[in-house]
Amino acid sequence: MSRDTALVSAEWAEKNIDAPGVVFVEVDEDTSAYDTGHIAGAIKLDWRTDLQDPVRRDFVNKSQFEALLSERGIANDDTVILYGGNNNWFAAYAYWYFKLYGHRDVKLLDGGRKKWELDARPLVIDKVERPQTRYVAQEPDTSIRAFRDEVVDAIGTKNLVDVRSPDEYAGRLLAPAHLPQEQAQRAGHVPTAISVPWSKAANEDGTFKSDDELRKIYADAGLDDSRETIAYCRIGERSSHTWFVLQELLGHRNVKNYDGSWTEYGSLVGVPVALGDEPGEA
Amino acid sequence: MTAPVTSTAAGCAAPDQAAPLPASLDLEKETVITGVVRSEAGEVVPGAYVRLLDSTGEFTAEVVTSPAGQFRFFAAPGNWTLRALSRHGNGDTAVAAARGINEVTVTVAA
Repeated sequence: MSRDTALVSAEWAEKNIDAPGVVFVEVDEDTSAYDTGHIAGAIKLDWRTDLQDPVRRDFVNKSQFEALLSERGIANDDTVILYGGNNNWFAAYAYWYFKLYGHRDVKLLDGGRKKWELDARPLVIDKVERPQTRYVAQEPDTSIRAFRDEVVDAIGTKNLVDVRSPDEYAGRLLAPAHLPQEQAQRAGHVPTAISVPWSKAANEDGTFKSDDELRKIYADAGLDDSRETIAYCRIGERSSHTWFVLQELLGHRNVKNYDGSWTEYGSLVGVPVALGDEPGEA
Repeated sequence: MTAPVTSTAAGCAAPDQAAPLPASLDLEKETVITGVVRSEAGEVVPGAYVRLLDSTGEFTAEVVTSPAGQFRFFAAPGNWTLRALSRHGNGDTAVAAARGINEVTVTVAA
C-alpha cells in the first residue's frame, strides 16, 4: 500500500464528487456534523450505532456489516472515500474496518472534514439516498486486529505503539482532554510501549505529513520495522489513524490495531502497567 | 431524582461545546479551560478548530467551537496553549490553568 492507493486529496475529491462508482462516506461518532452539512452525495455512518454491536463490546459481525452496507447502497466494486471529523479518527477506524471485511477499494480523504471546511469547500444538507445493494463481505482479516492476550504477549517482544497524548501515556490523564476525567480504570501504559501520539503524524489542518517526515517520526521513536507492531489508544480509533499511517502509507507489514485499547487493558486484572514518561521494563 | 446523563465514556467525539457543565462535574477536582474564539473585530467565530497543546507544544485535544464561538476542555492544572484555526485566520493564547473554571479568549487573525 502507499499514499497513491490509500489517500485522496480534497482537490481530487471535489473533482470526483459525481464520478460513477465513487461513494463518499462521512464517519463520525456524533453525526450531527453530517446533518448540518456534508460533501454532496455522501452517506453517513455512525461510529457507535452503525459500527458497534448494540449489546456486546465488539464491532458488528460479517452479516451485520453486509446488511449495513447493502442498506446504505455500497456495492462490492464501489470505490469508497471515507472522511470525517476529529482529524479522520473515525474515518480511519472505518477504513480499517472496511479492510478487515475485505473491501477492495477504499481510501481516506486527506485532512477529512476539517481541511474541507478550512478550505471553504462546499457542504450541502440534502438528504442522500442510494439504491440498496447486496453487499458480500469477506471473513474478518484478523491479521490487522490485535486482541488482549496478544498485547500482553507482545510486551518486550513486539513494537507496541501507544498513540494517546503524552499525559494519557504517563498516567496523568485518563482520557482525551475534551472529556471529563470520569473513567474508573487504571491509568498508565502497557510496559515497553513507545509513545508516539497519533497527532505527530498529522499536520494541524488534519492532512498526513509526508512519507519522509512520517518515517523519521517512527524511526526516532525507536520503532523497529523488522518486528511486528501493535498500535493502541483508548478505544481504538486514534490507533486506527496510526495503523493507517504505518501499514497503508508507509507500507509496513504485520501492523495490528488493538481496538480494545486502554479501556480494556487498563481494566484487566493482574496485567503489568507502567507509569510515567518512560516505556518501562518487560 | 436526577435526570439520566448521556455517557461520553465510550467515545472521543467532541461533545456539544455550548451545553451547560454537567451537574455531576466536581469543580474541586476538574480543571476546565473554556472560552470564546473571536475575530480581530471582536466577533465570535463559530466552527473554529481549537487545539489544546501541552507545555511542550504537543497536541492534547481539539474541539470545534459552537455557534456562539465557545469551546471547552477538561484538562489538568498547568501551562497550556490554545491554538485556534479558522477560515478567518489562526491565533494562539497561553493559559496557566488552575483547578476550577479557567476562562480564556482566543483571537484569530489572517
